[in-house]
Amino acid sequence: MAELMYWEAIRRAHDEEMARDPLVIAMGEDIGVAGGTYKATSGLYDKYGEERVIDTPISEGGYTGLGIGASFIGVRPIIEIMSVNFAWLATDQIVNTAAKVRYMSGGQLEAPVVIRSPGGTAHQLGAQHSARMEKVFMGIAGLRVVTPSSPRQAYGLLKSAVRCNDPVFINEHELMYNMKDEVPDEEYFMPLEGSEVAREGADVTLFAYNISVHWSLQAAEELARHGINAEVIDLYALAPLDREGIKASVAKTHRAVIVEEAEAPVGVGSEVMAIINEECFFELDAPPLRVSAKNVPIPYNRTLEKASIPTAKDVVNAVLNMFGKG
Amino acid sequence: MNAADKKRLLREMLFARRFEERCYEAYVERKIGGFLHLYPGQEACVHGVMEAARPGHDYVITGYRDHVHAIKCGSDPKVVMAELFGKETGCSKGRGGSMHIFDVDKRFMGGYALVGGPFPLAAGMAKAIKLKGGDEIALCFLGDAANNQGVFHESLNMAAVWKLPVLYVTENNLYGIGTRIERSTAVLDQYKRACGYDIPSAQADGQDIDEVFKAAKKAVDHVRSGKGPYLLELMTYRYRGHSMSDSNAYREKEEEKEWGKRDPIIILRDRLIEAGEISEEDYRTMDKAIIDEIENEIIPFCEESPEPDVSELEKYVLAENDPYVKGGAQ
Ligand SMILES: Cc1ncc(C[n+]2csc(CCOP(=O)(O)OP(=O)(O)O)c2C)c(N)n1
Ligand SMILES: [Mg+2]
Repeated sequence: MAELMYWEAIRRAHDEEMARDPLVIAMGEDIGVAGGTYKATSGLYDKYGEERVIDTPISEGGYTGLGIGASFIGVRPIIEIMSVNFAWLATDQIVNTAAKVRYMSGGQLEAPVVIRSPGGTAHQLGAQHSARMEKVFMGIAGLRVVTPSSPRQAYGLLKSAVRCNDPVFINEHELMYNMKDEVPDEEYFMPLEGSEVAREGADVTLFAYNISVHWSLQAAEELARHGINAEVIDLYALAPLDREGIKASVAKTHRAVIVEEAEAPVGVGSEVMAIINEECFFELDAPPLRVSAKNVPIPYNRTLEKASIPTAKDVVNAVLNMFGKG
Repeated sequence: MNAADKKRLLREMLFARRFEERCYEAYVERKIGGFLHLYPGQEACVHGVMEAARPGHDYVITGYRDHVHAIKCGSDPKVVMAELFGKETGCSKGRGGSMHIFDVDKRFMGGYALVGGPFPLAAGMAKAIKLKGGDEIALCFLGDAANNQGVFHESLNMAAVWKLPVLYVTENNLYGIGTRIERSTAVLDQYKRACGYDIPSAQADGQDIDEVFKAAKKAVDHVRSGKGPYLLELMTYRYRGHSMSDSNAYREKEEEKEWGKRDPIIILRDRLIEAGEISEEDYRTMDKAIIDEIENEIIPFCEESPEPDVSELEKYVLAENDPYVKGGAQ
């Protein structure tokens, strides 16, 4: 099994799908000649040409809509939005067209587009380049949202997303493109629904996704030193969320902490808590907790920026408090 | 267009007029809900343009004023009306309504309610046509006020850069709901706005189907020959309010009267009578047959059709049994 970086895994999925199907195309700002801001499409322009690896103008609403229109009649566009912050300009087409067209046409039309975009808080990029938008998209009926926490997931999710007949939003992370990990050498499709057990445990479940999986795994190591055996569930599919997986883990550990990089209001944490409440409230030995970002536009100053995003330490402290060891 | 074509077009336009008038009545009777945007006054626009294109072969997309566009593409008027009645037999299975008529078999790719939304979708369909190597074109029909959306400019720019086979038709009826064009729009002649993108364009009289056809023929030929996009502006007028909830109080009666004299159906009818192709009696017979068809076939079909089953409320949200949701068919 080869080790690939996150960006290499995404690039490999593009390459395989484009080699297989001439109607798979890639589009976005600077993805062609320049190879992509995070190199996720590097080399593809030379291999597949400008008709299929399209450098778009800076028109997020326009080119996202164009990709959606192309998908109506058989094309499978993989649209890269350079930063999730810019995806706000494309929300009309994603929400009002891609997510709704199957329904409002009574099943006649579908929009099998993939929209990939990095979100998250990176290196002092300031308020307008640090958004986390998964919470916006995961509440939209008709749209699938997945968020890979590893190169293996990044590869397998993109492979499935390209072939799935629904629109899929893939929430990547600015800080994860250079993360290296094993990816199977053979072709691999990851389910677009479900969750993964990132670490087995018995005493408490840490529900996490994307970068917060890594904070949670770190926290679990630290918690083990305190005699607490934490389970980490990777909610790589945010829409729909894996109700069964959430229920199964809570039934096992009886305690839940949700770890999210985004602000708490109306987010993954609130949704997971609601599911726990609805599915397995009487399994709980303690009220569930959220470890979330501060509810602020992300500040530029390094210290303030750090203070606005949770860390593994915050997760450890939350769990210790829950066990009365704080 | 020969005389037989013109006679057929007269019937089609008159049918469209009577169909829309019957929608009005059904709305008043509360058989139709929601927003209802009617087309009377503008019939020569879609009929003239599509006469120059290939209905059922070319891909057509439009806004919410969409019933007649679908029918001209070949949709069965019964299933269009059934959609307005919210019935399971409607073209969108009662899930769409008046603003969301779809008939993909006829390549009528939908009515969309967000003003300007179809601009990039049309460019995208044109991109797909180009990739697949077909001889179809994409046609996008929208109003004058839609041209003030950002995606109008974004889409024209992309269509020009990539030489996409798309024809943008602006049906300029001088109003966006109650705002007259000069109060919202810096350049009144919409065809001029295409020059910012080096896209050829023209303006034509949208009340005279012969003029529409002539201009559209040129536009369609340009686009189909691979020379890239084109913008055609048609000067027209709607004879009713913007939608059923619009009192139309903002328009001068004088203006309405003037445009009323230029009814596209009457213009064509009189021309055919003058040429000796039809008689007044023929026209009245045609009209009667249309009204009978609507009353005796279309309306009963809609009345008798079943409602959608509530047990299927959540159908069509996502693809059914898509193997890749479970990780593929390995
Ligand atoms: C994005 C958006 N903004 C506003 C509206 C409300 N609205 C519906 S139709 C309309 C006027 C559009 O006028 P025009 O494009 O000229 O088309 P017409 O109705 O005259 O055919 C407005 C403002 C809407 N549906 N979508
Ligand atoms: Mg108008």
